[in-house]
Parts: sequence; structure tokens; C-alpha cells
Amino acid sequence: MRRFSLATLLREALRGHTGWAPQWRDATPKPAYDAIIVGAGGHGLATAYYLAAECGVRNVAVVEKGWLGGGNTARNTTIIRSNYLWEESEAIYEHSLKLWEDLSHALNYNTMYSPRGVMMLAHTVHDEQVLKRHIHANRLAGIDNEWLSPREAQEFCPILNTDPALRYPVLGAALQRRGGVARHDAVAWGYARAASALGVDIIQNCAVTGIRRGADGAVQGVETERGFIAAPQVGVVAAGHTSVLMAMAGVRMPLESFPLQALVSEPVKPVMPCVVMSNTIHAYISQSDKGELVIGAGTDVYTSYSQRGGLHIASDTLEAICELFPTVRRLRMLRSWGGIVDVTPDRSPIIGTTPVPGLFVNCGWGTGGFKATPGSGHVFAHTIAKGTPHPIAAPFALDRFRTGRLIDEAAAAAVAH
Amino acid sequence: MIGASRQEGMMQRLLVGRMFQGRLVPDSMRTEAGGRIDRARDLRFRFDGVDYLGCEGDTLASALLANGIHLVGRSFKYHRPRGILSAGAEEPNALVTLRRDGGRTTPNLRATQIELYEGLEATSQNRWPSLSTDFGALASLAAPLLPAGFFYKTMLGPRGWKLWHRLFEPLLRRGAGLGHAPTQPDPDRYARYHDHCDVLIVGAGPAGLAAALAAGREGQRVILCDEQAEPGGTLLTEIRALVDGIPAREFLARSLAELSAMPNVRVMPRTTAFGLYPHNHAGLAERVTDHLAAPGQDLPRERLWQIRAARVVLATGAIERPLLFPNNDRPGVMLAGAARDYLLRYGVKVGNHVVIATACDSAYLTALDLAAAGVEVKVVLDLRSSAEGPLPEAVRKAGIPILTGGRVLGTHLRRLRLDSVLLGRADGRTRWFDCDALLVSNGHTPTAHLAAHARAPMHWNDTWGAFLPGSIEGVASIGACAGATTLAEALAQGAALFAAVPPPVEAELPIAPAPGTLQGAETGCVFVDLQNDVTAQDIRMAVGEGFRSVEHVKRYTAGGLGTDQGKTGNMALFALTAAASGLAPAQVGTTTFRPPYTPVTFGTLAGPARGDLFDPVRTTPLHDKAVAEAAVFEDVGPWKRARYFPRKGETMHEAVAREVAATRATAGMFDASTLGKIEVMGPDAAEFLNRLYVNALTGLKPGSCRYAVMLSEAGFVMDDGIVARLAENHFHVTTTTGGAARVLHHMEDYRQTEWPDLRVWLTSTTEHWAVIALQGPKAREILIPLCEADISALPHMAVRDLTIAGAPARLMRVSFTGELGFEVNVPARHAPPLWDALRARLAAIGGTLYGTEAMHVMRAEKGYIIIGQETDGTVTPGDLGLPEGRAKPDFVGKRSLTRPDMLLPDRRQLVGLLTENPAVMLEEGAQLVTEASPPPGTPALGHVTSAYHSPALGRSIALALLAGGRTRLGQRLFVAGPRGGIAVTVAPPVFLDPEGARLHG
Ligand SMILES: Cc1cc2nc3c(=O)[nH]c(=O)nc-3n(C[C@H](O)[C@H](O)[C@H](O)COP(=O)(O)OP(=O)(O)OC[C@H]3O[C@@H](n4cnc5c(N)ncnc54)[C@H](O)[C@@H]3O)c2cc1C
Repeated sequence: MRRFSLATLLREALRGHTGWAPQWRDATPKPAYDAIIVGAGGHGLATAYYLAAECGVRNVAVVEKGWLGGGNTARNTTIIRSNYLWEESEAIYEHSLKLWEDLSHALNYNTMYSPRGVMMLAHTVHDEQVLKRHIHANRLAGIDNEWLSPREAQEFCPILNTDPALRYPVLGAALQRRGGVARHDAVAWGYARAASALGVDIIQNCAVTGIRRGADGAVQGVETERGFIAAPQVGVVAAGHTSVLMAMAGVRMPLESFPLQALVSEPVKPVMPCVVMSNTIHAYISQSDKGELVIGAGTDVYTSYSQRGGLHIASDTLEAICELFPTVRRLRMLRSWGGIVDVTPDRSPIIGTTPVPGLFVNCGWGTGGFKATPGSGHVFAHTIAKGTPHPIAAPFALDRFRTGRLIDEAAAAAVAH
Repeated sequence: MIGASRQEGMMQRLLVGRMFQGRLVPDSMRTEAGGRIDRARDLRFRFDGVDYLGCEGDTLASALLANGIHLVGRSFKYHRPRGILSAGAEEPNALVTLRRDGGRTTPNLRATQIELYEGLEATSQNRWPSLSTDFGALASLAAPLLPAGFFYKTMLGPRGWKLWHRLFEPLLRRGAGLGHAPTQPDPDRYARYHDHCDVLIVGAGPAGLAAALAAGREGQRVILCDEQAEPGGTLLTEIRALVDGIPAREFLARSLAELSAMPNVRVMPRTTAFGLYPHNHAGLAERVTDHLAAPGQDLPRERLWQIRAARVVLATGAIERPLLFPNNDRPGVMLAGAARDYLLRYGVKVGNHVVIATACDSAYLTALDLAAAGVEVKVVLDLRSSAEGPLPEAVRKAGIPILTGGRVLGTHLRRLRLDSVLLGRADGRTRWFDCDALLVSNGHTPTAHLAAHARAPMHWNDTWGAFLPGSIEGVASIGACAGATTLAEALAQGAALFAAVPPPVEAELPIAPAPGTLQGAETGCVFVDLQNDVTAQDIRMAVGEGFRSVEHVKRYTAGGLGTDQGKTGNMALFALTAAASGLAPAQVGTTTFRPPYTPVTFGTLAGPARGDLFDPVRTTPLHDKAVAEAAVFEDVGPWKRARYFPRKGETMHEAVAREVAATRATAGMFDASTLGKIEVMGPDAAEFLNRLYVNALTGLKPGSCRYAVMLSEAGFVMDDGIVARLAENHFHVTTTTGGAARVLHHMEDYRQTEWPDLRVWLTSTTEHWAVIALQGPKAREILIPLCEADISALPHMAVRDLTIAGAPARLMRVSFTGELGFEVNVPARHAPPLWDALRARLAAIGGTLYGTEAMHVMRAEKGYIIIGQETDGTVTPGDLGLPEGRAKPDFVGKRSLTRPDMLLPDRRQLVGLLTENPAVMLEEGAQLVTEASPPPGTPALGHVTSAYHSPALGRSIALALLAGGRTRLGQRLFVAGPRGGIAVTVAPPVFLDPEGARLHG
């Protein structure tokens, strides 16, 4: 892999940028691999990268039905934070956040990770109780999260409306300064490039249509649009389509798939210095480096696999945004889109082994898995390589829905992203 | 008539011109006559501080062009000077900030869509200090270092220095973004409408009009919308053809008159259908006042229309594509069709000496019409090898030279305006032509956005060099957006949808569609996406770097991601991607078309939901009473609830202490009306409830109540309340305030999907009943004289229907305070007088009103839980020390309760906590640990769920969920805090009257 740097950029500039090599090989499938990852989203690509980089498993294929990084990885609002409530969640999101901090250098690719601070607003006494509970739990875990008064919140985000006469006034906020955003596409591309350089085959436009199992029940490989590909280990990382894929292996997943929408405004000069989230009135906002306000909406009420949702979902969100930031009301929605998110009963992911020998699954990240991309890929790679769950992944086992050891982030806080 | 008003206009213009002494430039590029503007109505406007004159009916773009101004903006990345490219929604360059009073300033508006009004003031964007001298243009010098995606490869700095975040990102962010966001709240109002119709027709060009006429005559309910101020589309510039025997523009006027006379048809100009959502749900944005100099207070600025249409007809036309050649972005380079629009609609010559370069016949019309208006058309360069047919013939006949098989090789800029173009002939010879405008055409792209929103398939069409939408159920595309090439064809397609006969068309000069060409894209500075400064080389580079999918190329180069969403540039982007990867365009496909078609104001989407209407407040029938008693309120969901009733000078703490003490000593009165109430009736009502709640309910006797807990399927406590059996088949069930809707949905879900065989009916009665809780040792004494039945023997957990103070009431003897207590349910309208009657008796006896805060304290003293505080979706009834329904064969959640993890002894259980220092109050949410100062990463044993000062105990108390809590009674633990741990002792959760003597008293 040719390193990217200012020096290479200079050299290429002199040659009129004609000497750049492909950032990853557009591979055609080999008959067999040591491991196959289904789904070239951020999580799948990260898994393949860590398999090759850390676990010594390099004969790996990532099989993708469309183009790499084109699923939720390319559609999310990129909020990154680790101030979750339960210790299991704190462990995996903080593991991830630590990886984010060095990711651009590790991959030699600027993922534009920007720890500009994530501020969650409290509008009711109950919100305040919930956010403070998080702060207490995070402090014990050694994760930064602090309480801001309405005035401090307004200083941190000057266009925030903290008028006490608001319908739902800002009573305070929880701020994680290390939280922020990153460039989603760069994460997928950076992992793809680094994985490909280590020998991983990334096979695009190759939907998996079946999962083949032997007489002993164990996985033998995957059927694809481009033929059968053999592998003793298969990891399914297909977000909203995971339940469909797992059904091919006869495994029923506790997942529901919903459209989740986001939208951006036309670009304007910097006005929103941080990420602001309000769970009570359903609004999430930040500003991209290009200047667009990036706004996340809620999930549609009905399950669906079509990557679009209803107009009312976007308008509900904008109602809240315009209340909180009254100076943006005249800005205009430029684009809106949807992704299909895979939601578990306890709103926590499923990472680990399955009842089918050789078949692994990593899914259920729902509305908030972008932030986990490095950490999820990392622990999943170790899980696949060893055949047993990585300690951080262990609590997120599929069988928790049988044992009842749920990790319910939603019920405690219902903070989605 | 026209001549007279023109003269008047001229006179006025001269007068004003003199008054402003040269500062006011007359609109020198205006033609003598023609156009659809009102020449008698001069409008003064200001652009970048200079005053100009335009006419009523102008757009800002046409008015600027009338004054000879092409330079209007700077590009996003390299700050290159840019002019007006188009005459419509596709404009990538001419973005301005419209200044209005206070919060009405709006950035990033397209000059081509801004209707001129008197006093309009606009400024250019993304330049400093001025449009002509922009230091940002220095970026052009560094352009070789700033190819597509350069920032992915650099700008990191040494490891650990975080230079991206600290240095480079702030730098980039300052450079990026077009205009400035407003700094004041928007004073305007927005409205929201819902409607439905038989046929929604988008686009009032010939195809849309023909469809509307046919459907309207058939009696269908039709909505015809068009984004422009004037409906008509290409009919507005059709000056040759006769339709139905009359000139096309007369046909247009006649058709519009006919449509407006039909009661079943609504024509909506200035209305953009911006998105087509599932099930023919269309979003329309209507601009109501933006074109007015002084909008009236009575009108909203914009209206959002959400329309459900049985049938959607898309007649959205086609958008012209520019040519690719070096420096194709200079001010003065314009789409040929736009130049013709400016001439025929606004009476504006976009240049005096123009060159036309085209790969499509339509530009010949521009040549003809400009020449007829006195513009010198120096040459028509046709990139195709031959130019035959009626149009080129007509051009030749007009004496305009045609060069076929030629190329545009470059442009030259003088004073930031094109002044000559270098043309190459087929034989290789080149020549500079002086000109003040270069008008280009590279064919047309059907406007398939809305069809794509609806997921219509897109089919590559070689003739158009574009994708045409296929049809899907309920959505039809007609006219140019579906590949119609002539006026006659467009009219025919519109009429055919409703089996009508189209009007005949004569004397049309037909234009063949053209596939366009990528010629000219081979070299460096060829812009594909003008707004985002994406060049052909960027696209080749992206493909070379392995970005093969058009979605990848789009994301890597930002092509098509501007505010115009690539309306003019995307086809070239796809074609270049295809060419660079050696594929056919059909194989490459398009990027996803994402709504909205053109940007929609946030305010329009948010509509009237702002301020008080953001989320209408729910108040109880007793709200005014609480206000009169000076209550302090809190938000609980949408409700306002009285939190406490302070007397003069009292803090919340003091008020609550007083309210609790008085309630426990004599009596307290509380408005509990926000509780959810559901009437459950039917022969199977008891069985139904028995399956939904942990508690046994089939055996509940009529006239009795039971506290009951509802679980989720996962076995966790979801809600609680009182189930009161009024009769064999009739129950009154209460829910928590926040859970009312959720519980009813949960019930309906089971009733409709799991147990459709049960005969049971559910009705929400939350709004019907007001509830007054009367609690305390003297509660009965207060109530008895008002009751028209003897309640002295009414036991705890009994329910009776009776008349109280003349009101039909449902009286329950229940308690959430631990005191003897009642909840009086009366129909909402009876509540205020009953409240007054009770209030008088309460005062006489020395009782008190209390609010939610005192209620919380009293229930915590008794160890009663609050859903959402002691529970968080992870708590089982066993954890709370509540019955687990072991004896019942089944109920929702029962199976989950037997899962291994639910039976572990170290589950977090409800306990009480007493701080060692009784004055210290714990903080809710604080974590429980075994050491005073635990190291980071120490797992918590649990957390504080509620913490109050207890007036009854005269000290602080707290409830907590604690791992293995019931086995830890008496243990000393710590509550971790920022300043060290607070020592506590674990206690049972019931602090007061564990035997319940007061309750049964
Ligand atoms: C609108 C929106 C906003 C969001 N905001 C945030 C946020 O702010 N912060 C945050 O942390 N998270 C957010 N998320 C969630 C986040 O995007 C996801 O959790 C995360 O990106 C999932 O990554 P992934 O790699 O698992 O999934 P994906 O990127 O969706 O990858 C799955 C891949 O599997 C492929 N696939 C599916 N079926 C097959 C098959 N049969 N064969 C082969 N390949 C297949 C898909 O094509 C896809 O590329 C948001 C999501 C959405 C939709």
C-alpha cells in the first residue's frame, strides 16, 4: 500500500494526478477462503481489517451485494460517543472511542474524526434524572461526561435557544467532550484500503443468496450471485438485512428492520460547533465540514426494507430543530434519505457465535452503530479468529435473549444514536 | 397598448436614472418589445450594493442580465468567478443571499428563481472582500494540490497531535459553506395542509396541461402544480406553433382560463412538488409571499401541502446539459435554452455578440430567435459531424454560419467576463471569436426525480443519452420527462392518459433529441459539477483510484452533492464514470435521486408547530384551579402537572415539607387527572386483563380494586395501575400518566392480533374522568357529607358509583401516600365545582393541596414505586418485591420470568438507603459501590432511584436498586460521588408504617 501524505500528494500533483493506484482491489471471488464476511459496511470491513492485521487471518473475503460502504455506513449522521449507561455498553463503545482517536493514523486515511463534543439536552425533570444517572455511571467507569447548566450549554452551542419560556425548556445538558463526528465514507474506504492491502478480497456486486451447511450442520460457505464460495467460517454483518441472511442458515433472529431517516440543509458558514441531541423532542444535529446541517430523524413506525420513509418523520424532526435553534428556520432541506436499521428487543447489538458451527453474527446496532465501527470490527475479528467471544463482545451474545441477561440501553434512556 | 406602456416605462427609467446620476445603470440589454414582463412597472433593486432597475415579472437573474451583469457568484472550492448558467431550478452558480429585514435574510437562493420585487436587495456569497476581488480565489493557485478527496490523504499531522481536529478542520470549515445562516429568529409564519385528489399533475407545461384538461373535463378532482410563477412550461416560449388553430401562447391562456373555471380543478403556481413518498403521498411547497415587496401579516410565507393522490402524473419536462470544454465555467457561458428563455420570457438579450456551441438541435432555435431580436450570432458550432434538417436550414437561411464537427477549445476572460472563445474546426484549424456570451447545449436530461423517488425503474435511452423513467402503479410520466420530443407528442401523451383527443398542432419546428457528447472533457480544467468544482479529471482520478460505482464517484468527488443536486452535471458525471471504467452508461446507472427536488425551507416542513403549538400542552380540567392557587408546574410528557403550591417566600423544599406534614396530619388534596384510564368491557374482559397483568384478576369481585403490574414480553415491568371491577363485564383500569397511550396500544395489539377470539372492547377514558385524590386521616370526614350514599364502611381497595356533590362519581378507596385515601373520578365538567366544595371543607379542617413532589415523597416513604424511576425496563416484579404471579398459569411476560438470568440471586433488588449523616441528600442516579473511593472501572452494585428529604422521618431517605439487595439489609455501602463516597446503610424500602395501619384506618 502506497502511503498517503503531503509528499505523495505533491508528487502526484506534478504528474497531473495520473499516477494514483486503486485504493483497493476490486476482487473477483476465489473458490475458497479461510473466512468470509458478508456485508461490506463499516463493521464488515473493519472486521476483515482486524482479522488480517491482528489475528493473522488474511485469506478473507468480504462479500457485498452492492458497493462497499453503501448501506447504513453511508447514510448515518455519524455521531460518536461512549457515554452509555450499562457497563457492557460502556466497555464496547469506549473501546471503540479509543480506536477512533488513533484511527486515521492506523489506517493512513483521514477519517476526519472530530471530537467536537456531544451535548444531550434535558427538558424535563425526568430527563435530568436520566442524564445524571449516566454521568454517575460514566464517572465510575472512567468515561468523561459532565453536567452543564442551561447557561453553560448555551455557551457551548451559542445558537441553542435556552429561553425558559420554551415549551420544553433546556434544563441542562450532559456533555461528552471526547464525543463528536467522523466522515462515514472515509471510514469505509480507509478500512477497505487497509484490508485490501493486507490481502483481503473485497467482492462488490455479489449478493449472498444462501448459506450452505454440511451434514454436521456446520457452515461450508456461501452461495452468491457469482457462484458458491467456500469457507469454514462465515461472519454475517449485514445490518438491516441480517435477519434475511441468517434465515438462509435456518437461524431466526430477534430483529426488526425499520427505515431511519436523516437529512441535510444547504451548506452555510459554521454555526453549529458541536453535536446536539435531544431525545425528548427527537432531534439530533451537527454541521458537516462542508457546511451542511446534518439532522437525524426518528425511525418510521412500520417495519420495512425500502430505504425510504414518510415525509412526516422529517417534518416532525424539523419542528423540534426549529424550536431549539430558531435561527435555522429559513435554511432549507437539501437532501433526505433513509437507511434500514436492525433493531433488537433491548436495543443493544448482537455479536458472537450462533447455533450453527462456523457461523458468526454481528448486528442489531440499530440506530447507533456507526460510533462502534472500529470497536465492533475489532472484537468481532477476535471472536471469529478464536471461535469464542472476545471478552468485550461476550455480554452481547445472541443467547442473552434466552437467558434474559439483556442490556437495555433504550429502556433506561431511550437515547437512540 | 404595449407600445404606450413601454414608452411610459422608458420615461420613468430615464427620470430615475438621472436622479441616481450614474449609480443606477439602465437595463441596457432589454429588448424593445416582447417578453412576459410588465414594462410599465419599473422595480428598483440592489445587488452587492449597486442599484439597478428591472421590470415586474423579472427574476433576479433576468433583471441582472438585463443590466448586462453575468458575474454573480464564486464557486465553492476554488472561488472561481461564475455567471448565470440557466433560467430555472437547475441553476448551480447564481446563488445569492436575499437581504430582508431582521430575521428574513435568506442565504443560498437561486437568482433564477427569485422573483423581482421593489426594493429587493441581494448580495453575492462565498467571497471576500468582494465578488470582483476575492482572496479565496488564491485556492485556484493551490488547485493541483486540492484534487477530489485530497483531505483523505493528508492533513493529519504527527500522531497524537490531533492536528486534523485542532488546525485543519477549523481551516476547512471556515472556507466551506456558501452563505451565512440568519442570525435572528425567522418572524414569518408557515402553514400546513393535507389534501387528496384523483389526479395530481406535476408540471404545467403542454403535457401537464393536456392531462389536466382531459381529467378536468372528465370531472376528476385534479391538482395541477408548477414550480414557476407562471404556468405553461415550454409553451411560454413557443412562438411558432399553432395549437388547436391558435398561437401556442393563446392556447395556453385559453387552457388556463378553462381550468380555472372548473370547480374540480386547482391550479397551483409557485408550488414545487418536492418529493414523492410511499403510497402516492406527495409533498408540495407553495411559496406565498416571497415575491411580494411587503408581504401582508395575514399570509403565511409558504405552505406545505401533503397530498394523497389516487394517481400521480409527472410532466416535469427536461433539463438542458452544458458542454464540456476547458474553462467551461466562465461568466458568460450559458445554456442555449436559457438564453432563449431570457429573450422570449423576459425580453433580455444575454449578449450582443454571441457564439453558440451545441450537440443538439434545440440551440438552433436560440440562434434564430436571438438573431431576430438583433443579436449578432457569430457562429453556430455543432459538435456533431453534420447539421441537417429544418432548423439548421433555417439558421443557414438567416445568414448565420454553421461549423460542423468542431470543438470548443477554450475561453478567455476579461474583467471577469467571457470575451472570446477558441473554436476548433473539423479540419484542425482553430480560431478565436470575440463574443460576450457563449451559449451551449449538450442535449437534455428528462427530469425523472419524482419518478425515481417513487422507485420507478430507470431505463437508459441512447437517443436522449439519458435515463427515462419506467412506469409504476399509480404514477405516470408524460411529456419530455418521459421522452416525448415534440409539442404534439407531449399534448398527445397528456390527453391519452384520460382517453381524450389532443388538440392538433401545426407549424411546429420539431427538435430531435440528442445523446450529447463527452468531447472536450479530455483536458484539465473542464467542470462537470460547477457548484462543487468537480472536474472531468477528478472523475477520471476517482475511477482510477478504484471508485467504480457512481455512488462512490459522487461521494469521493462531491459531484452532484451541491444545492442543485447535479441537475445539469450529473449525466456527464455518470457518462464520464462509465467511459473511464470502460463500461456503457446503462451498466453504470444513476445515483439515487433523493428528495427534495429543490431545497425546501425548514420552516415550511415544520409548519405551524412552533412556540405554544410545538406540542400543545395538555392540562387537566382542574388546571385553572391550580393556577389560581399559585402552583409551580412541571412537564410530564405533554402534561403540565402542579408540582407544589408554595406560599409566599417558600422554597420548594419548604412547601413540600409542609404539604406532606399536613396531609399526614389531617388531609391533602391532589389532582390525579393525568392518570391514564381505560374502560374495558365485554364478556371476556376479566380473562383479557388476567392475561395482561401479573396479578390474578378473574376472581376480583365487582366493587373491588386491585393494584396490578403489567410486564413486557421480556418479563420486565412496563406499567402499573389500579384495576377496578365495576360489574361482571366491566372494568375501569388506570395507567401511569406517561404510559396511557403505550398501555392502550399494548392492549389493542394483543386484542387484535393474539386473542381476536376474546370478546372485549377498550376505550380510553383519560379525558373523560377528572380525578381528585383525597388522602389523609381526615379524608373520609371531608368526603362523607358530600356523598349521597354511605361510604363510612367502604373498605380499602373498594370502588362505588355514587353521586358526590351532585356529580355522578366513581369513588375508589385507594392510596398512593400510605394514608387512608380516596380517588374521586367525576366527568371532567363536574370537576371544578367538586374541587371547590372539597377545597372549602379541606380548608376548614386544616388540610392542604399537594403537588407531584409531595406525592413522590409520600410514596417513597412508603416504598411505593414509580414506573420510570424505580423501573427502567430491566426490572422484574420480583426485583421490586412484588408478586410474580407464580400461581397463575400464564400472562404476558410470565415465560420470560423463568429464564435463568431472571432467577439469579444477585439481581438488582429494591431497597431503602439511609445515609449515615441524616442531613445528607443523595443524588438520584448515583452509583452504589463497596469502597469510599473506587478506582475507575469499578463495577457498580446498583444505583439510587429516588432520594428525598422525608418529613415523616425528619431525615433523608432514598430508594435504590442494589445487586442482591434483600440479602444486604444492614450492610454499609458507599454512594460514589465526584467528591468521594457517601456512606449509607441498606434498609428495607418501606420507611413508614410497614404494617399499613394508617392505610386501613
Ligand atoms: C439515518 C441514519 C442515521 C444514523 N445515525 C447514526 C449516528 O449518528 N451514530 C451512530 O453511531 N450510528 C448511526 N446510525 C446507525 C449506523 O449507521 C449503523 O449502525 C452502522 O453504520 C451499521 O454498520 P454496518 O456496517 O453494520 O451496516 P451497513 O453499512 O448497512 O452494512 C451492511 C452491508 O451488508 C450488505 N448486505 C446486505 N445483504 C447482503 C447480502 N445478501 N449479500 C451481501 N451483502 C449484503 C449491505 O449492502 C451493506 O453494505 C444511523 C443509521 C441511519 C440509517
